[in-house]
Amino acid sequence: METTIVNNDFKSEEYFINMGPQHPATHGVLRLLLTIDGEIIKKVEPDLGYIHRSIEKMCERDSYQQIVHLTDRMDYLSSHINNEAVCLAVENALQLEIPERVKVIRTIIDELTRIASHTLWWGVMGMDVGALTTYFYGFRDRELINDIFEETCGARLTMNYNIPGGLMYDIHPNFVKRVKSFIAHFKTKLPEYDSLLTGNVIFQKRTKGVGILTKADAISFGASGPVGRGSGYSCDVRKHHPYSALDKVPFNEALQTEGDSFARYLVRIQEMWESMSIIEQLIDNIPEGDYNVPTNAVIKLPKGEFYQRVETARGELGVYIISTGTKNPYRLKFRSPGFSNLSLLNHIAVGGKIGDLVATMATLDLVIPDIDR
Amino acid sequence: MHISLNSSNIIFGWLLNFMPATAVGIIEMVLIALAYLTLFAVLGLYLVLMERKVAAWFQLRIGPNRVGFQGLLQTMADALKLVSKELTGTVKADKFLYNLAPYFVIISSLMALAVFPFTKNLQAFDINIGIFFLIAISSVGVIGILLGGWSSNNKFALIGAMRSGVQTISYELSIGLSLLTMILITGSLQLSEIIEVQKNGWLILQGHIPAIIAFMIYMIAGTAETNRAPFDMAEAESELGAGFHTEYSGMKFAYFFLAEFINMFIIAAIATTVFFGGWLSPFGITESIPWLGIFWFLAKTFVLVFLMMWFRWTFPRLRIDQLLTLEWKYLLPINLVNIVIMAVIVWLNLTIQY
Repeated sequence: METTIVNNDFKSEEYFINMGPQHPATHGVLRLLLTIDGEIIKKVEPDLGYIHRSIEKMCERDSYQQIVHLTDRMDYLSSHINNEAVCLAVENALQLEIPERVKVIRTIIDELTRIASHTLWWGVMGMDVGALTTYFYGFRDRELINDIFEETCGARLTMNYNIPGGLMYDIHPNFVKRVKSFIAHFKTKLPEYDSLLTGNVIFQKRTKGVGILTKADAISFGASGPVGRGSGYSCDVRKHHPYSALDKVPFNEALQTEGDSFARYLVRIQEMWESMSIIEQLIDNIPEGDYNVPTNAVIKLPKGEFYQRVETARGELGVYIISTGTKNPYRLKFRSPGFSNLSLLNHIAVGGKIGDLVATMATLDLVIPDIDR
Repeated sequence: MHISLNSSNIIFGWLLNFMPATAVGIIEMVLIALAYLTLFAVLGLYLVLMERKVAAWFQLRIGPNRVGFQGLLQTMADALKLVSKELTGTVKADKFLYNLAPYFVIISSLMALAVFPFTKNLQAFDINIGIFFLIAISSVGVIGILLGGWSSNNKFALIGAMRSGVQTISYELSIGLSLLTMILITGSLQLSEIIEVQKNGWLILQGHIPAIIAFMIYMIAGTAETNRAPFDMAEAESELGAGFHTEYSGMKFAYFFLAEFINMFIIAAIATTVFFGGWLSPFGITESIPWLGIFWFLAKTFVLVFLMMWFRWTFPRLRIDQLLTLEWKYLLPINLVNIVIMAVIVWLNLTIQY
C-alpha cells in the first residue's frame, strides 16, 4: 500500500497516527497525518482529496444558471451565500440593475444562513470538547431556520434560491412573520448558549490560550472570517466590500484580539447577535417590487475576468471567472475560506495536546466539501 | 461466605438434613453467585437505560420509548443484539491478552458489588477490611483497560489505555484518602460496622465540614475513576474514536460497557455507605421495617448516580494535563489537610451526633 508519510526522520519517542478520513473530530472526510510524541503534537499534515468532485471543472462545462446549483455542494452550511457569490459575479459582469427587494431578501436570508451555520458550529464545538448536550440545543434553533427556508425556498440545506438576475420566486407570505418570531425566540435562547458553554470553567480552560494565531500570521496565511477576526484582523467582506443591501445597514464587525480558540468562539457568538440585528433592521422594510430581472435563457458573459467576494459563515469566498464570451466560463476558480483556514492548522496546533488539536480544529469551523471541491 | 438472612438459614438448615455440609456450602455459593450475576446484568442494563433517558431529558429529547412500555425493554434488545453479534478483532492483536482484558474489567466490578450491605444482613460477605477490599478490587479494573488498549494493536486504543492508566492511578489516591478521612470517625473498615456507627447520624453530618469536603473530593475522584465525562479521557470519542475499546465488538465490548455502568453504581454505593448511612433511613423513620433498607440504599445510590449523569451531560471534557493538575496540585493537598482537620475534630470530639 502506498504510504503518504512525508516525514521519515522520526525521533525514537515519536510515532505517527492517522486522524481520519473517518474520525469524529474531523467532521467529514479530512485526513490528518499526525506526528505525536506521547500526547504532544509535533506535526499536522492535512491530506485532502477524499471528497473531491471537480466542481471547478464541472463549472467549465455548465451554463451560468447551472453553476449556481453546484455551489450549494461546496460549503453546504452557507449554501445561499455561495449561490449569491456566483449570481453577483454574473450580474456585475452583465451590469444588471438588481431590484432593491431582491437585495434585501438576499441579505436577510444570508444572515439567517449565517445564524444557522453558527448554531450548528456551536453544537459541534461543544461536542468536540466533550459536552454532548450542546449539539441538541444548537440543532433545536437551527431547525427553526431550516423550516423558514423550506417554506420559502423549498429546500432546507441546498437552497438554490438565487438565480442570476434575482430570486427564483418571491418570498412566502409567512416569511416575514416567521423570521420575526424566530428572532424573538433566538434572542431568549442565545443567552442560554453562554450559560451552558461560554461561562463553563472547563470549557474556558480548554480553549483559552490554545491554538494562538497572531494577527500577522492570520494575514500571511490568508485567514478570513471569524478565524481572522479572532486574531484582531478586520477582514469582514460585508464591512469592507459591502454587497446586496449590506451598505445600508449599520452593524458592528465582531473583533477579538487574543487570537486563541476562545476568541474565535466569542467572535462567532457575537456574529449571531450582529446577524440578528441586521435581520431586524431589514425585515420590516422589504421594498415592494419585482423579485428578479429577466435575463436571456442563455447567459453569455462579456469577454474578460470577473471577481466577486462575499462573506460566508466561514470567511471570504471568492469567485473568479474568466470568460471568453461564450455561454460557459473558460475557467472558474473558487477561493474557499476553509482551505486557507485549514492551512494554518499545523502552525497553531503544533506543541499542543491531542485534545487541543480537536478544540482548535473545532474553532476553525471546517466544512470539508468546501476545502475539497 | 456468610449469609444470615432468616429465610436462607431455613433453606440451608433443611438441606443440611440430607447433605454433607460441604455440598450445602457449595450450593450456597453457587446460588449467591447466580443471584449476583443476575443483579449485575439487570443493574447494568437498567443503568444504561437510565443514562439514556437522563441524557434525553437533558438534551430536549424523548429517549428510547419504543421497545416495551416507555422503552423499558430497549436495553434488553440491545444486549441481545450484542450477544448475537460476530466477534471481530484486529489481525495482529495479542489474542490472549485481547480476550482476557474484558474479564479483568467485569470481574473486578462484579467482586466489588459483592461486599455491599443492601440492608441489614443482606450482604454476601462482610469482611473486616471492606473499604480496603473495595479500593483494592476497583483498581484491578484498570489492568483490563490497559491490557485491552495495549493488546488490540491500535494506536488510538493505546493512547486511551495509557491515559486511563495515568488517570486511575492518580485518582485512586484521592478516593483512598477521602474514604480514610471518614474512617477516622468510624474506626472500622468493615462496611456493616461503618453503617452501625451512622445510627447516630450519617457520617456526612457527623463529620460536618471536613466530611463535606471529603465527599466532594470523593465524587470528583470517583467520576474520574470510572472514566466518565468530564474525565472520560480514556474514551474521548471526539479525540480517540472510542479509546481503549476501539477494537472490541459484540459481547466483549458489552463487558467494558456494562462494567463502566456497574462501576458508576459501585462508586455511588460506596458514597452511600460511607457518607449517607447506607441502608439506614433518614432519622430512623422506617427503622421498624428492616426490608425498607433496600429501598433507602438504592434510593440514595441512584440519587448519586443521577448526579454523576448530570456531570456527564453538562460538562465539557478536561484535557489530560489539566486532569492531572487537578488531582496532584489541588485535590491531593486539600485531602491531606482535610484528613488532619478530621483527625483533630475526632480527637477533640467535635463530631455532631443526635
